[in-house]
Amino acid sequence: MENREKVLEVRGLGIDFGGLTAVNDLDLDIYQGEIYGLIGPNGAGKTTVFNMLTKVYQPSRGTIRLCGQDMAKLNPVTANIAGVARTFQNIRLFNKLTVLDNVKTGMHNSISYGKLAAVLRLPSYYKAEKEADEKAMELLTILGLDQYADTEAGNLPYGAQRRLEIARALATNPKLLLLDEPAAGMNPQETEELMAMIRKVRDYFKISVLLIEHDMKLVMGICERITVLNFGQLLAQGLPAEIQSNKEVIKAYIGE
Amino acid sequence: MKLLKSLLNQRTRSRTVTFALVIAAYIGVTVFKASGNMTRMVSSLLVPVCCYIVAAIGLNLNVGFSGELNLGQAGFMSVGGFTAAIVNGLTLSMIPNDIIRLILCIIAGAIMAGFVGWLISIPVLKLEGDYLAIVTLAFGQIIMSLLNNLYVGVDKAGVHFAFMTNTLSLQEGGKMIVSGPMGVTGNTMISSFTAGFVLILVSLFIVFNLMYSKEGRAIQACRDNKIAAETVGIRVSSTKTLAFVLSSALGGAAGALYMMNYSSVAATKFDFNTSILILVYVVLGGLGNMTGTVIATTVLVMLPEMLRFLSSYRMLVYAIVLIVMMIITNNEKVLSATESFRRKMKKKGA
Amino acid sequence: MAFLSYLIGGLGLGSVYAIIALGYSMVYGIAKMLNFAHGDVIMVGAFMAYFAISKYHLPVLVGVVLAVVVCTILGVVIERLAYKPLRHASSLSVLITAIGVSYFLQNSAMLLWGTDTKIFPTVLSGSLTVGSLSVPYLTLITILTCIVIMIVLTLFINRTKTGRAMRACSEDKGAAALMGINVNRIISITFAIGSGLAAIASILLVATYPSVYPTLGSMPGIKAFTAAVFGGIGSIPGAFLGGLVLGVVENLSRAYISTQLSDAIVFMVLIVVLLIKPTGLLGKKVNVKV
Repeated sequence: MENREKVLEVRGLGIDFGGLTAVNDLDLDIYQGEIYGLIGPNGAGKTTVFNMLTKVYQPSRGTIRLCGQDMAKLNPVTANIAGVARTFQNIRLFNKLTVLDNVKTGMHNSISYGKLAAVLRLPSYYKAEKEADEKAMELLTILGLDQYADTEAGNLPYGAQRRLEIARALATNPKLLLLDEPAAGMNPQETEELMAMIRKVRDYFKISVLLIEHDMKLVMGICERITVLNFGQLLAQGLPAEIQSNKEVIKAYIGE
Repeated sequence: MKLLKSLLNQRTRSRTVTFALVIAAYIGVTVFKASGNMTRMVSSLLVPVCCYIVAAIGLNLNVGFSGELNLGQAGFMSVGGFTAAIVNGLTLSMIPNDIIRLILCIIAGAIMAGFVGWLISIPVLKLEGDYLAIVTLAFGQIIMSLLNNLYVGVDKAGVHFAFMTNTLSLQEGGKMIVSGPMGVTGNTMISSFTAGFVLILVSLFIVFNLMYSKEGRAIQACRDNKIAAETVGIRVSSTKTLAFVLSSALGGAAGALYMMNYSSVAATKFDFNTSILILVYVVLGGLGNMTGTVIATTVLVMLPEMLRFLSSYRMLVYAIVLIVMMIITNNEKVLSATESFRRKMKKKGA
Repeated sequence: MAFLSYLIGGLGLGSVYAIIALGYSMVYGIAKMLNFAHGDVIMVGAFMAYFAISKYHLPVLVGVVLAVVVCTILGVVIERLAYKPLRHASSLSVLITAIGVSYFLQNSAMLLWGTDTKIFPTVLSGSLTVGSLSVPYLTLITILTCIVIMIVLTLFINRTKTGRAMRACSEDKGAAALMGINVNRIISITFAIGSGLAAIASILLVATYPSVYPTLGSMPGIKAFTAAVFGGIGSIPGAFLGGLVLGVVENLSRAYISTQLSDAIVFMVLIVVLLIKPTGLLGKKVNVKV
């Protein structure tokens, strides 16, 4: 493991909301190509960690390094440009845009023509749009959404919406993909397919994945390592088998 | 590849329809006008209709695409209009060609309104929802108040400005361009229906091309979900500013054309009611729907004139039409019927 | 001394704004709509009072009651006919409908009562003189009315069953309905109260500025809307505070800076306040959960 490049290095991460400590003293290392699980009971602070990693929230303490780069001064936009992309627990698509355009918004910073070129329809516009269309269609095909390309995102079935969020995040060319409960609301068969899809995406785009999930079958099935949070504190960290047999973890989930 | 092609077609379709509609309307009106059957009332409305269409296209960019309610579009029209009047007064002797001067006036009006729009967007875009709306209303009122107290004159020594009281003592041969509450006076009229038509085409061209580009997608993304837009690398504030500035610049261009259609216009012409009227055109035409905006504006500007036979009841009927239209278009039964109709048409088309 | 009298004058004007703003804010809080026709309800109230007092020489109190009754009924009818069918429509559609209602009321007034300005009779003259300070009784009554309304309304909202139902509806209409609250009835009551308040405001307004004409309500309507936002729309103490501050700012800038620019100054103050407090003076901050 350690001979792989470290994509994410988190040290002593913590955040307070008006005196209430939501997350405290979190350490986390994610390596190139790793699929990593972040689990814990409801209210443990998992999504808060995501919000700090994407700089939607500014952490109160600790450091986040992405491929060695300190993320302290970044905001959500520059954090994405630096290489962090995410999906949301409560789906946040651009509902009135088509599925294809949703993916293309993810390419905002890689499409290079300027405003004038767009208004005057210069050749650079057509070239870049064509490339974007092709890349977006490719992503949609990988995520099994190509037949919906022309549909308004808000009209998609639930499972497809979750996959579209993944496609949109991938369009930003991330190094690290954060998935917030990707299997929520999916049936066992869909979850199976999603697991295969996450692996495929990881291999194809050569990225690392950090995911929050309550579906233990999924977590234990695809995550190489797992971190367990409870009440904002780090409870356990290790391989799936270690986590499954950890007494503290079982206690936190089932209660005493 | 086939799919890609059909997508492109669909995207360009609404644009083609809109352009075709505007051009057909222009030809139709020109022929009708030449036949001598057009009443004076209607022909006097031709340029204002074009102005309101351009202002509404701009406002729709802001309300429909960017999702920010703007209750002060008339304020930008007045900035554009007054700027145009000053430029017109200044260049009257230098540039004898009316068309060149008109173009210059419209560009100046658009730039000035865009600049004011940019200044205003700094505080406005920090706010959200109804708070944002009221601040645009407030700016509209402030602009009107300030212009109501502005005095501008021109003489051999150049342009002179005064505020609150007319302290200008112009040299002989000098001329007042803006006289406080009376507004612009003694303006040389250089607007024409053709100019209005061209301005509509240019506005549609800019708005359509920008909307079907990465900027347009970003603007709509920020409308649909700000947080998600940020996390895919879109700078929300600069994106919203772009829409706001372009919207005000189009309002300014519209105001410039409007001003050039009259010899005198007071600042109170561009009050809150005018802003609201333009908003009504946009909402009835459909948010983000430029074809709808063009049609709704034309119909609603003409409607009070068409209802002239009702004499004093016409504004009352106009009000009832507004209310009934809103109730009908929001009726669930009507909505589901039009939706299924649209689907059927789509299937037939594909 | 001059300053004090301008200040009191401002409080008088502000009280009128506050009463109108209360109606705006209550309707916003519960129906989540900007009722642009609210200003025109004021106009109708003013005409009712004018006809009662000036034309039919009825006692002032009868005029007041007539205005309140007519406006209350008008408010409820408007809500039933124009706004209720749009309960689930976009807020912009409702806004446009409200504008339609506003045009309708203004144009009906023009047709029924003419476009000329009518002079409202003096109903209360004289001033209270303390030392060198002289305050018109009318201003005192206006301020007093506003305070009484504020207290009664606060008690009503906080202490009565209907008031509690109103608060529930403003939080979450769906949940309120599940708790057995008749949401339609609550919205009607809100419109009734808001419109009744508008009638009271209209009389105080035309008693101070005695011209009655069909577009009379527009400017006070916009100002009161501003006041409601200024204080934090949806908040009752906010509307009260916003109205008072707005009136004082307007009167003082008229006295010390410029009559022509007083409106511009009022709106500039509004913008500055919103930049410092983006949800108004007493508005609640809304946190978006990510």
